[in-house]
Amino acid sequence: MATLNINLQFSGGMELLFDNQKSINVQIPSTFSDKAVEKHATNMRDLIAWTAENLVQERPELFLGNDGSVRSGILVLVNDADWELEGELEYEVQDGDEIVFISTLHGG
Amino acid sequence: MPSKPLKNPCNLCQSVRAILKRPKTGQQLCKECFFHVFETEIHNTIVDNKLFKRGDRVAIGASGGKDSTVLAYVLKLLNDRYDYGLDLMLLSIDEGITGYRDDSLETVKRNRDQYQIPLLIVSYKELYGWSMDDIVKEIGRKNNCTFCGVFRRQALDRGAIMLNVDHIVTGHNADDIAETVLMNILRGDLPRLQRCTSIITNDTSEDSSGIETSKVLRSKPFKYTYEKEIVMYAYFKKLDYFSTECIYSPNAYRGHARVFLKDLEQVRRTSIVDIIHSGEALSASVVANTTTKLPTLTTCTRCGYISSNALCKACLLLEGLNRGLPQLGVGHSAKIRRQHEERQRDSGTSTPLPTSSSPVVGGEESTVLAATVTLPSSTSSVDTGNAQTKDGLDYEAKVVVTHMKDLETRIGQLQMPSLHST
Ligand SMILES: [Zn+2]
Ligand SMILES: [Zn+2]
Repeated sequence: MATLNINLQFSGGMELLFDNQKSINVQIPSTFSDKAVEKHATNMRDLIAWTAENLVQERPELFLGNDGSVRSGILVLVNDADWELEGELEYEVQDGDEIVFISTLHGG
Repeated sequence: MPSKPLKNPCNLCQSVRAILKRPKTGQQLCKECFFHVFETEIHNTIVDNKLFKRGDRVAIGASGGKDSTVLAYVLKLLNDRYDYGLDLMLLSIDEGITGYRDDSLETVKRNRDQYQIPLLIVSYKELYGWSMDDIVKEIGRKNNCTFCGVFRRQALDRGAIMLNVDHIVTGHNADDIAETVLMNILRGDLPRLQRCTSIITNDTSEDSSGIETSKVLRSKPFKYTYEKEIVMYAYFKKLDYFSTECIYSPNAYRGHARVFLKDLEQVRRTSIVDIIHSGEALSASVVANTTTKLPTLTTCTRCGYISSNALCKACLLLEGLNRGLPQLGVGHSAKIRRQHEERQRDSGTSTPLPTSSSPVVGGEESTVLAATVTLPSSTSSVDTGNAQTKDGLDYEAKVVVTHMKDLETRIGQLQMPSLHST
């Protein structure tokens, strides 16, 4: 099965959910399929679900929000750009991508 | 060969790829244009509101968290760029919370060296004779945020007096202020609503039970700055900040208000500013329609701090702690305070506290305090062990549970169009 090499980074307190790891290299499948959608190239929605399932040690509700997205207040960057410019959940993840999750919920 | 069209060009310079979509405007900006716009807006806030005047000594309330770290960085930068002529200092409060504040203070010390700004740390233990660890050991976790909030506001003021500053700036951002507005509306706390929306005040207390004013001004240069942009700015500038939750303060109420606001923002981009405007509009109408007489200000009979009562709030809390009656001053403080004062009057005595437990104010004594002023070391150590934390969560824990349900039911009122100023 083809896979994608992705670097995930966590900061702003987000790393607390990931065993205090600030950077994790992962291999994820290059395609996903579910009941609703046929086999499709891996997108951010898949990556977030995969991350929650495989990497979040406890309390996934602190990572996951509604509609398959991250919880409100978590900023996401794709290759150092705001994911809001990249299509958010629909962005197709590419081999070698660097995805950053920053919590803004951990006070100031 | 024609060059490939640029993906997501910056709306301002058109020549570089955008890295941020602005929450306020939806505008997409490249890194350099974002830095410029972010810094310029804060400069404009400072100038438009006449926050400072040349020669002011300004203390930056520094927690080591994202907001105050970015504030220290940006204020130093703007002070140099626009020649404000300010004397900047970092002022940190050590609440005495092992595993939390000690770590964040390390971040502040690195900021001192990185930004070359002198730092004063004042501790609860030194000021009041009690650290938060001590207090929690004594009273448990239930009302400890009340103590912490009251002590922090006064401690900041006392730190400011020790530093002889004219002005304290804090990192409260637009999202924080919108949350506070929301919570104060839900609690029906109009006096506090008014204070939380003012960009500049001379009140130290955001507590409706007693206004404590100060000669030291306080302001919030980030009043119109979005949290997302502060965090993105810190990320792209690689600023060193601290991020864990206070171990004693899960802060459920604010947490819910916060998540709720973020969710609102998803469907209505302008929610944050709308709510701040609502808060301003409501406070303006409260001011116009009420003849609330301000409490006569006097000074605390024990510590000399400005207070509207015989005992200032910190001394009242300390009195309770030192007598093993920690509920004194917590909750309906006006009533308990009255009872306490009546008892004191009846018995004709005022139990003096050990001097180590009385806050020290002004005069010679304050300089004797073991507070540590430290100057930046010239070698700047850059450490990326980041973490951040929220302090300054100034509301009383007791209301959390009772009003939690109101959050959902009263939310509709916030959307009333008449509350939105244009
Ligand atoms: Zn640009
Ligand atoms: Zn006092």
